Order: sequence, then C-alpha cells, then structure tokens
Amino acid sequence: MIRRLTQTLVGAAVAVVLAGPVVAQDKVADELAKYREALADGNPADLFELKGEALWAEKRGPKNVSLEQCDMGLGPGKLDGAYAQLPKYFKDTGKVMDVESRLVHCMVSLQGFTPEQVTQQWYSKPGKDADIEALVTYIGAKSNGKPINVPATHPEEARMARMGEYIFYRRSGPQDFSCAICHGQEGKRIRLQELGNLTTKDGAGTAMKTWPSYRVSQGTVWTMQRRLIDCMRQARWPEPEYLADSVIALETYLLKTATGTVMETPGIKR
Amino acid sequence: MKRKFALFGLLAALAVPALAGKALEAPGGKDAAAAEQMFRASFKAENPKYWMSRLEQDETMKTCGLYRDNPPRKIGEKLEKLNVATIRYPVDGKLIGDWKEGEKLAAVGTGGHIGFIQPDPAGKLRGGNCYACHQLARKELAYGTIGPNLQNFGRIRGRSEENIKYVYDKIYNSNAFTACTNMPRFGLHNWLTPEQITHIVAFLIDPESPVNRD
Repeated sequence: MIRRLTQTLVGAAVAVVLAGPVVAQDKVADELAKYREALADGNPADLFELKGEALWAEKRGPKNVSLEQCDMGLGPGKLDGAYAQLPKYFKDTGKVMDVESRLVHCMVSLQGFTPEQVTQQWYSKPGKDADIEALVTYIGAKSNGKPINVPATHPEEARMARMGEYIFYRRSGPQDFSCAICHGQEGKRIRLQELGNLTTKDGAGTAMKTWPSYRVSQGTVWTMQRRLIDCMRQARWPEPEYLADSVIALETYLLKTATGTVMETPGIKR
Repeated sequence: MKRKFALFGLLAALAVPALAGKALEAPGGKDAAAAEQMFRASFKAENPKYWMSRLEQDETMKTCGLYRDNPPRKIGEKLEKLNVATIRYPVDGKLIGDWKEGEKLAAVGTGGHIGFIQPDPAGKLRGGNCYACHQLARKELAYGTIGPNLQNFGRIRGRSEENIKYVYDKIYNSNAFTACTNMPRFGLHNWLTPEQITHIVAFLIDPESPVNRD
C-alpha cells in the first residue's frame, strides 16, 4: 500500500516535469485521481466500522443495554438501508432527525447517558477517538449500495429542506461566502479540488454518497455533521453547535436533491 | 426584531413575481424568515461577539441570497451603486504597489478561521487567496477556476491609470462592478488593507510580475 502510494506520487512528480506546463495541469488532476484510487485499497474507515459494530452490540451506559433496539427510522434494530433514508421526521420526538441526532437520542433514551456525555467528544482528537464516528461509520456501511431516499414528503421534512435551501444561499462573513458560491455551478475547481454543483442530483449525489468518509489529511472518519460544520468554518463563520437544526436542514436539502443516488460508503478522501 | 423578519418575509414574497422568465421562488420560500431564526439559533450563546458579527448580513448579502446571486438588472445596479460608495483609497493615493508582496498575498489562503475546532492562531497573515479561483502566474499549477483566468492580465489590459484604478476597485469591492459576484469584497471587510490591495494590483499589472512575464 505504502509502496504503491510512493510510486503514484513519484509518478505524479515525473509527469509534471516531463509534460511541460500546458498539459501538466490535467496530468496533476489525473495523478490525483490515481492517488485516490490507491488510497481506496484498504480504507482505514473499515476499522471504524468494526469498532462501531462492537459498540452497537455492547451493553453500555447507566442502563447497561446495547443499541440493538434503536430505531433509526425503519423499526427497532433495523439498520439495513437506515442511513440512506435519513434525515426524516420521527413521531416519538416530533423532530426531523439525521443519523447523528437519532443515534444520540438512542444513546440517551435507551442506554441512559446524558446528552452531554454522548456529545462532549463528538469528533476524534489526536489520541482520543470518538465513539460517534465509529458508530456512524457502521450504520453508514449498512446502507452501502442502497439508493439515497430522502423525498422529504412529510410537511416537517419539506419544511426542513426549504430551510436548508435558504441557508445554502445565505451569504455572510468577511468573505461574502455562502454554500452556493463554490457549490452552485458546474465544472469548477478550487485550487485543484473539483467542486460539485450541489443544486443538481448528480452533483449532490456525488458529494453525499461517500459519507461518512475517512479523511487522510485528518487521520479520521468525518461524519456529515463534521463535514458541514467545517464548511462553515471555511466560510469564516463561527461553528454551529453539533446536531444544530440548521445543519440537519442543510443535510435534508442536500439529500433530497441527491435522492436516487446509490451510496458508496464508507468513503475515503484527501 | 420581529418587524425586521416580517419585512424580510415581505421582500421574499415580492421577489417571486419580479424574477424574469420562469418564476423561481426565493430560497426557503415561505419558511425563509423561520430559517433565518433557526440559523441564528444554531450557535453557542457564549460565542464572542466578534465571531457572531460574522453572521450579520448587509443589504448586498441579503439581496443576493434572495435572488440566488442572480438579481434582476435594476436591483443589481442599485447594489453596485451602494458598493461603489464604499471604496476607500490609500492615504498617499498610490494604487500600484510592490508585485513581490502581491505575489505572496495571492498565494496565502489561510487566516481568519474562527471557532473551537480548527481556528487560525491570532495574527495569522490573511491573504487574498487569489489562486483558489484564478489562474495567475504560469508556474503555479494549483489554481482554481471559479473566477476568470488572469494570466497575462497586465499584458493584455495594459498599465493605464484607468486600468490600475479598475483593478484596485475590483479587489476592494467586487460588487461595485457585478452585484452578487462570487468574489469577496476584500477592502470593504478589511480583509486586506488598502496597501495590501495595491500590492496585488502590482502583481496583476506590473510588467515584471510573473503574471505578465513567464
């Protein structure tokens, strides 16, 4: 794996030198694609998935029960395809919930944890892995190969999708950014990174189908909450709180647009 | 506050028939005002005021959102006028600086990140991050394509005073020329100082700059 990676990177460097400036640009993009392919051979997210599977079945929390009766929207314990149909409206909470808010709900209501206990470390820090990332990777993998199915037909879901659309176009901050600035057009690139047009099914599908995803540059799996909260950081805004409704609204908008796209998860990215 | 939201809702409602051709509803439709409230409620109450000020919207930002960054020409013109009026110049009046400084600023994409997870250290240099969106010097291959290719900009557009002023103004406040463009308003937000902007002007226009030489 490492050797193959080195070969790819050396290959990329040689290609740049030999190809000259005109075609070098495309070559770099090609070699980056090969780099991603090399990475996909042995995705470290598999380890998160295994850990998540064990956490799901383990009796934990003050009530010493597992998560096996957790209802992620298809009935208690039914995980096949559950990730692909979230966010959705849940009668028992009266809220539109995404994978992570529903998971936290189960850890609180079934296992007896406090919300603070569950969410105080919702993402990994060096030397300290987050259980939520592992559980979400496991739940996500159970939807691999399933089409995203967030039609947002319930009035509350439709409302969340509209609110997500509003946030998508909302500009503010010292760079005048909104999501749409980078993700509202076809075929654009920021530096070398290709940007999807998230207002189309294809663009939103390509973006959404591979999450949760192992981020090589971050050394951990990123969940969709982490991904979107980081978008806001990049926009130079403050961070919304973990599980904030506005993040769930954005997810609903994006996944409604991506509906029908087949999930390929866990993914691996730069 | 409530009245403000009501007004915003009214604006949103008025915007619908104003759009040319196929009527495209303003983002959020009838839930736009509620969405604004929801968005604002998503942030920790104890965040520093300075952070939260970054969520404020001026008239340009609000209107651009309403029209999905594609306002009718009349409204666009109004916004452009508003933005022209914000442009300030360096005290010495010199609009073209040192291209070498501009070259550095064009490459810097960090700075200004806030929050608890991955903030930039205080005092970190904020650049123009021009390469994120534009092709400039030939040797830099990692350029984005959101904005137009600016390679040989000075060679093509010349070094007239008029062009120098245009470039300065465009970087200071891009919306003075094109309302709701993707390009940030670097001077308006004090992201770059007037002096730093003159350096980027030089990077684009100076015949010695790699933008025009290589």
